[in-house]
Amino acid sequence: MIDLHGYGPRLLEGALITTELAVLSLALAIVLGLITASAKMSRSRLAHAVGTLYTTIIRGVPDLVLMMLLFFGGQIGINTITDALYAHFGWDIFINVNEFVAGVLTIGLIFGAYMGETFRGAFLAVESGQIEAGRAYGMGPWLVFRRIRFPQMMRHAIPGLSNNWMVLLKTTALVSVIGLSDMVRVAAEASKATREPFTFMIIVAAIYLLIASVSEWAFARLQKRYDVGYGETK
Amino acid sequence: MEALLARLEALLADNSIFTLQTLSYYGEGLVTTVQLVFLSLVIGLVMAVPLAIGRGSRHRWISLPIFLYCYVFRGTPLLVQLYLIYYGVVFVEGIQDTWLWLILEKPFVPALIAFTLNTAAYTTEIFRGAIKATPRGEIEAARAYGMSRGLMLRRIVLPSAFRRALPAYGNEVIFMLHASAIASVVTIMDLTGAARFVYARYYAPFDAFLFVAAIYLCLTFAILYFFRWLERRLLAHLKPAGG
Amino acid sequence: MADTPIPLQVRNIKKRFGDTEVLKGLSLEAHQGDVITLIGASGSGKSTFLRCMNLLEQPDEGELIVHGEAIRFKETKHGREPADWKQVVRMRARLSMVFQNFNLWAHMTLLENIIEAPVHVLGKPRQEAIAHARELLERVGLTERADAYPAQMSGGQQQRGAIARALAMDPEVMLFDEPTSALDPELVGDVLKVMRDLADEGRTMILVTHEMAFARDVSSQVIYLHQGVIEEAGPPEAVFGTPRSERLKQFLAPKH
Repeated sequence: MIDLHGYGPRLLEGALITTELAVLSLALAIVLGLITASAKMSRSRLAHAVGTLYTTIIRGVPDLVLMMLLFFGGQIGINTITDALYAHFGWDIFINVNEFVAGVLTIGLIFGAYMGETFRGAFLAVESGQIEAGRAYGMGPWLVFRRIRFPQMMRHAIPGLSNNWMVLLKTTALVSVIGLSDMVRVAAEASKATREPFTFMIIVAAIYLLIASVSEWAFARLQKRYDVGYGETK
Repeated sequence: MEALLARLEALLADNSIFTLQTLSYYGEGLVTTVQLVFLSLVIGLVMAVPLAIGRGSRHRWISLPIFLYCYVFRGTPLLVQLYLIYYGVVFVEGIQDTWLWLILEKPFVPALIAFTLNTAAYTTEIFRGAIKATPRGEIEAARAYGMSRGLMLRRIVLPSAFRRALPAYGNEVIFMLHASAIASVVTIMDLTGAARFVYARYYAPFDAFLFVAAIYLCLTFAILYFFRWLERRLLAHLKPAGG
Repeated sequence: MADTPIPLQVRNIKKRFGDTEVLKGLSLEAHQGDVITLIGASGSGKSTFLRCMNLLEQPDEGELIVHGEAIRFKETKHGREPADWKQVVRMRARLSMVFQNFNLWAHMTLLENIIEAPVHVLGKPRQEAIAHARELLERVGLTERADAYPAQMSGGQQQRGAIARALAMDPEVMLFDEPTSALDPELVGDVLKVMRDLADEGRTMILVTHEMAFARDVSSQVIYLHQGVIEEAGPPEAVFGTPRSERLKQFLAPKH
């Protein structure tokens, strides 16, 4: 058996944090991505410009820099607001930027931009006749979105979604830098303390590969579900 | 030069954070980042060509190890790879007494190794895809003219694969630039390292990180336009005539 | 006035795309049981006119009165738009459209396609909708294809399925936009037969078609459009038998 010098449970906890962080970030990224895609396809010039600015900046700046900006900058920003509240209203509030929340927010914000591109391409791939048929049968915009546009879009979006998820999963490692005890941070601490970096880093690498493989399988199943009705010819 | 510096100093006179001193940190950081990214990309590119050819080999004892290498390095975070090599080297028994320690002592070399191995894995996959997409007709024509496998690879398959790989490789270059920010985690004073230093010294996260974000943004656009230009030059023959 | 309101009245519809005016003030009235056929060369505006009737295209001017209820419009910076989309949604549920390219929803089986709008737009109980859908499938001869996806069906089957989908809404007026134009010639007959049955049972229908023989047979009124204007209109015997305008004569002349 591999000797983990008692770091086993903490490593497991770290793996759980990594997974939670990744899943929550993905959820946020999907929501932001849908909003961004709608903004970029909207006929409002302002919405289009804001969407483009957002995706350009996010895709032009390293994840780690954005994370530090939001984490360190966010704390100061919040402090400024709470100080002002105290000065003007006498409300004494203290909000500490939690590393986990900061991690979810940053990773969600970063991947929202990538998802936006994925969804935009996928929405544009839906044939206009499909939407038109929905409208012609008296469906309002929300019903058309829910029953037709979304399910048909998903089929085109899943390859990009899956790709973004794999990158997102690896990006979660960066939160160890701002102090969250994900499995990478636990492994780094253990490496230094035990002087056995190979043991811990290889275990962590294996867990990443395991999560990646499981999600690959899950995405393949999801693709199958949304592929229903396509590809087979009479 | 003297005059320029004096003008710059005057310009920055009432700026408490962006003094000549801090700007020089960013300047050195820029040099380090460019060195690190450029070197790892070049070495990775050189490694990736034979790896991509081997990846498509019919012999499993050649293709399987390459597949595993790519799978592991593309499937795990670069940070984990960096830690593995950085800490791994430090803790190897007795290494500190050998000549190797002279170059491995600084974090630059472990980081360079990690980045190189990482980009080589991604680039291998990019090239493999491009090689696989070689039109069958071109290969058959080469065979018909009596080219040997090696000659065909060198004269026909690789040149056309490189051109096809260009857009994806451009993305990989940008990815590497952004990924290099984690070098600062192992105490390298790259661009991000400089920003972290300035942040810590002045407790001014917005100034420190927004400034460095702007530099990265400029670098990204420079790379983007360079590759667009390259694509236009090298891929012009693939466009339909007159289009 | 009669007790039952007129299913569909369209008055003075005008529509422009950019600088070209494609509809120059068109009107029609569809009474219960009417089969009105729009004919004309391509580019005459007949499909656009039909699409204006359920507001898939927004007319720049004109009135739409569905079952006695006038659609309200308002001016926006993007041009004229319906003032109340809920009203439009309600109106569209009474007019169902059959498209040239069928537009069956690709991610649903035929049965799911048919019950989709009745369940989600009209709020019909699911079981009831399914029972009704099965009856309709039998009528259009697709009983065994209920669980097939559109991609698995021939064009003719898809179009008959699309007609079943339209019927499932119990529409007051059915709009057909060149329903046989995208079909292989040997599949046209089945679709026309279904449409003829609908005409015979007294459905109110407005159709755009190139099938002149069919139009002559089933229509109660034929409208010939030329460059966005009604050039000639009347019962089929008159329009086809004794055309007055030169253009219509030319249009009806056998192609060589």
